[in-house]
Amino acid sequence: MSPLKASEAQLFYATLLNRLTLIGFALLVVVFLIYILGIFSPYVPMRDVLQYWNQSSHHYMQAANIQPGWTWVSKIGYGDFLIYIPVTILAGVTIVCYVGVVFKFLKGKEYILMVIAMVEIVVLLAAASGLLKAGGH
Amino acid sequence: MENRRKYLQKTMLLLVLLAAFALWLWMMGGAALGAANPGGAGSSIPWWAWVLILFVLTFVLGIVAVLGGVGGGVLFVPIVSGFFPFHLDFVRCAGLLVALSGALSAGPGLLRAGMADLRLALPLALIASTASIIGALMGLALPTHIVQIALGVTILVIVAIMILAKKSEYPEVKESDALAKMLGIHGIYTDISTRQEVHWKVHRTPIGLGFFVIIGIMAGMFGLGAGWANVPVLNLLMGAPLKVSVATSKFLLSITDTSAAWIYINSGAMLPLIVVPSLIGIMLGSWVGVPILARTKPAMIRYIVIGVLLFAGVRAFLKGLGI
Repeated sequence: MSPLKASEAQLFYATLLNRLTLIGFALLVVVFLIYILGIFSPYVPMRDVLQYWNQSSHHYMQAANIQPGWTWVSKIGYGDFLIYIPVTILAGVTIVCYVGVVFKFLKGKEYILMVIAMVEIVVLLAAASGLLKAGGH
Repeated sequence: MENRRKYLQKTMLLLVLLAAFALWLWMMGGAALGAANPGGAGSSIPWWAWVLILFVLTFVLGIVAVLGGVGGGVLFVPIVSGFFPFHLDFVRCAGLLVALSGALSAGPGLLRAGMADLRLALPLALIASTASIIGALMGLALPTHIVQIALGVTILVIVAIMILAKKSEYPEVKESDALAKMLGIHGIYTDISTRQEVHWKVHRTPIGLGFFVIIGIMAGMFGLGAGWANVPVLNLLMGAPLKVSVATSKFLLSITDTSAAWIYINSGAMLPLIVVPSLIGIMLGSWVGVPILARTKPAMIRYIVIGVLLFAGVRAFLKGLGI
């Protein structure tokens, strides 16, 4: 394949990345204001966070009775868990872009890159799934 | 000569201010409080003050990162873990999200300009992101003081790399290796400074992939981002032009840090009071830093960054030893 300054797949990736990132950042600011102004009450009161933030995340989850993984979805009505939405968008942007670019590679018959992108999606989904856990310390 | 003297004075003033700020944080976070749980339940500083200080610090870091040509994560993690009362788990998660945000913001522009290259990034990202998951899991499983000591040592190694590593604007690559040829890793970009089209290709791709295993593990374990390691491997080892290396490295972080960030998020290490002020602070700092960049001398700022990292590295190491 002849080298291009920026391939169609690359431009598509850039556009998608830009849009989703802007949405994520805008939402992050709005949701943080909701949280900090107390419009939605937090699950863990802010003054209590002070007691947890110098201890491990494992200890924090146990003390605040928070389950690991995607259980935050059930607590979305709380201000602190609402922030997971924009953070999830920012952390999920790459996965969406990769899904999009797979089709571009398919269209361009670039099968090796398509397979690499598909394996990357599996890796990112595995990380995002919450199934991969470390022992607490 | 007069300008040089004034410039040195300004630099020294900035260094003194940064050192004073670090010393003050150190004292407020530990000895001055006289508390076994500094910044915790026994802290005399209210939670909002820590959040405000974090915001101010990350704003300054955002400026320094742009001027020093480094990612935010590599400054954020050692400084915040060394001088703030937050546990390393929360700092690493925030550090990854800081590095990720910077990469996500810069990515579209770099890809559109053809500076960051998707073909070059894809195989490296796959290796690095897989390794960063392993690194994150290791980092969460190991005792905190061990990770803190290793973080200190890593930061000091980064300082050495920053001092010793040379850069090559257009490395000579006589012939692409077989893997690079198979993956079609080559390209053209227009260098704005010379207005010339630069044709580039890479070699030693399998060795480069091996290095990205180590880079990924370190990125995940310490939440550092990894631009400090990506660029030398892409530029000096694989032979990508410097601008392509820097841009592709930045774009790579958006993938490598995503996978590690998910592990920390799913482990409950995402504290909104730490993450959000850090992200907003560093983004605002970056925006302020870009116009300043045009009026400053990068070499001098680089010395400041090296000085700050050296200080933070020693602090992280000592904190790990309980000193």
